[in-house]
Amino acid sequence: MKMSDIAVSVRGLSKRYRLGARQKDHGTLRDQLMSGLKSLWNRNDYEGSAGLKGSGGLAGDADFFWALQDVSFEVKPGETVGIIGRNGAGKSTLLKLLSRITEPTDGRIELDGRVSALLEVGTGFHSELTGRENVYLNGTILGMKRVEITRKFDEIVAFAEIEQFIDTPVKRYSSGMAMRLGFAVAAHLESEILIVDEVLAVGDAAFQKKCLGKMEGVAKEGRTIFFVSHNMPAVTRLCARGILLEEGKLCRDGSAHEVVNAYLHSELGTMSSREWLDPLKAPRGEAAMLRAVRVRTKDGQCTEKFDIRNSIGLEMEYDVLKPGYKLMPSIMLWNEEGVCLLDTPEYDPVWRGRVRPPGRYRSTAWIPGNFLAEGTMFLSVALETLDPLVMQFYERQVVAFSVIDTCEGDSARGDFAGKLRGVVRPLLEWNTVLGSANIQTNPISTDACE
Amino acid sequence: MESNAQAEAGGSLPRRKLIIQKRGGLLDIDWSALWEYRELGYILIWRDVTVRYKQTAIGVAWVILQPLITMLIFTAIFGMLAKVPSDGVWYPVFSLTALLPWTYFAQAVTRAGESVVANAKIVSKIYFPRLWLPLSMVVSPLIDFALSMVLLFGLLLYAGIPLSWKVVTLPAFILLAMLTALGLSLFTSAMNVKYRDVGHAIPFVIQIWMYLSPIVYPVSLVPEHWRWLYGLNPMAGVIEGFRWALLGRTAPDPVVMAESVIVLLLVVISGLVYFRKMERQFADII
Repeated sequence: MKMSDIAVSVRGLSKRYRLGARQKDHGTLRDQLMSGLKSLWNRNDYEGSAGLKGSGGLAGDADFFWALQDVSFEVKPGETVGIIGRNGAGKSTLLKLLSRITEPTDGRIELDGRVSALLEVGTGFHSELTGRENVYLNGTILGMKRVEITRKFDEIVAFAEIEQFIDTPVKRYSSGMAMRLGFAVAAHLESEILIVDEVLAVGDAAFQKKCLGKMEGVAKEGRTIFFVSHNMPAVTRLCARGILLEEGKLCRDGSAHEVVNAYLHSELGTMSSREWLDPLKAPRGEAAMLRAVRVRTKDGQCTEKFDIRNSIGLEMEYDVLKPGYKLMPSIMLWNEEGVCLLDTPEYDPVWRGRVRPPGRYRSTAWIPGNFLAEGTMFLSVALETLDPLVMQFYERQVVAFSVIDTCEGDSARGDFAGKLRGVVRPLLEWNTVLGSANIQTNPISTDACE
Repeated sequence: MESNAQAEAGGSLPRRKLIIQKRGGLLDIDWSALWEYRELGYILIWRDVTVRYKQTAIGVAWVILQPLITMLIFTAIFGMLAKVPSDGVWYPVFSLTALLPWTYFAQAVTRAGESVVANAKIVSKIYFPRLWLPLSMVVSPLIDFALSMVLLFGLLLYAGIPLSWKVVTLPAFILLAMLTALGLSLFTSAMNVKYRDVGHAIPFVIQIWMYLSPIVYPVSLVPEHWRWLYGLNPMAGVIEGFRWALLGRTAPDPVVMAESVIVLLLVVISGLVYFRKMERQFADII
């Protein structure tokens, strides 16, 4: 195969971090990694001289942690690849290796084309410098040439929507403004291969949409994109291909839809329910802990597929850990395009305004039949304690389900078999009559509306 | 990390093919990448200079004020009270000719030593040739140095000391000071990533080093049979060179100078090897 047919070739890529003494009570991989890094700090032998020179008894406990192990794949120019996986699965490590921030322990990457990585927005911004100065500073750090920045300067500033503040020191900017400027600079990089971490989660909703739009534009220009995100709808929207990492290994490589589905399955047991059996791993705050999220039918069945005519139960199970709190559980529903379909805080007259004693609770919100349109939806759940408002947990896109229409003629689709638009599809009352003479106008005329 | 740049014809943008893998070799510095990122070096220097005097009342005047006050203190304590000999040169001139290259050196070592850690956020998020960090911070204090030279020339004029052709040799001594600062900083900046102790140690080392250099006293005060050891301190050569070029004092001993240069080159080369070796862990442990 000719080299120019491949933009990125990764072969046998591995990255090993050294862990210090293994500790028993590490709940998360992140904790483990952090303590590993901390002990690295204090040690002379970073790698290679494994455990031989360690200080006495500690040496035997020394361990390695493979952040990435024997990963191989090839990417053609113009492909958009979503890299997905749990926290600690090796996504960030892969990005850092691809972008040359850190070196592989083993294996090889071949990159054909200029590479730029966007792992953080506004990296290197100096608060004392003005917006204009920071555009040059940040652009240069990202590898742009001075002339290139000058040429695109107006475009960058316009994209960030901060024209009138461009000569103000960045320390006077709101965090949103600084982030917009940071993204604007990065969005104007002219590289053939673009590596993007979860940076779309910046700014307000409108700006996020603009960023996503910009990314789509970049993809259409035929540039190769690696995109890491926890936002599954954004991955399926932006990427044609998906790569799933699990514990440092590549465990699935295919179309983005297929891989996202596989991820949701592997991650959740089944796609439509997820439970946290281990309290150490459950999302939690001081006062409450999430135990399960499910999507189920009226008769209690957990299922991934719902008939459009049936109602859907969105359910969250949680423990209240401390007495004396008023709670507000809420559920959000997103579609594959990343549109939030609804955001519904619990509305239950029994518990409204009441302090809840500790214990296991199950809150279910019922979506009526003939309400949602067909498609795949993702569920996010959050729980806040009130007075003052404190977020206990917020889990994004925990479970997913599909709404399907069996086309039996009694849904809102009627006898139409083609593609229908819209995020809701209620069974509306239609009224059609023949002949203008017979039209019975409603007594409320347009005039009366004023 | 190994990267092979190949300019390819076709396409409006320069394409380069890059191979990333575990490095071998001791001194496989990617000079082409260093060159490609030269504007980064420039912008780091520019940022350092710009930010340093932002929101200060007297701004760049600090560059003149610092050596001036130090010179006055040295003159009062060492020149007038302790009566340290100055080879027959007026003490303020004698100390200032040494203070300026020394201040440059101290600044360069301090800033460059902190350079990698101070830019931890960039280092952990973006690739660029890390060597630019100490390199740019060794260059940046040259601007302060150039400005403070105005003070020195003014003082020479006041003291009625004429300039000779020897002035043109000054850049060679400045280069020597730069190499000394660079060689040292390649070690300290990389070591500082893992052991922040280095950041605390640098000011002490510089202070001790100052007294081991002929700043407040002349080299002639050092016993003859210790001079060879003195030559191991390249800053001694730099300072003697400055005094020779500006005040017409005895020329630096060529043997001592040669010794200094050799020591320096060894330090710089081993510093590059060390920096490259440590560089690949920067992002992981910073």
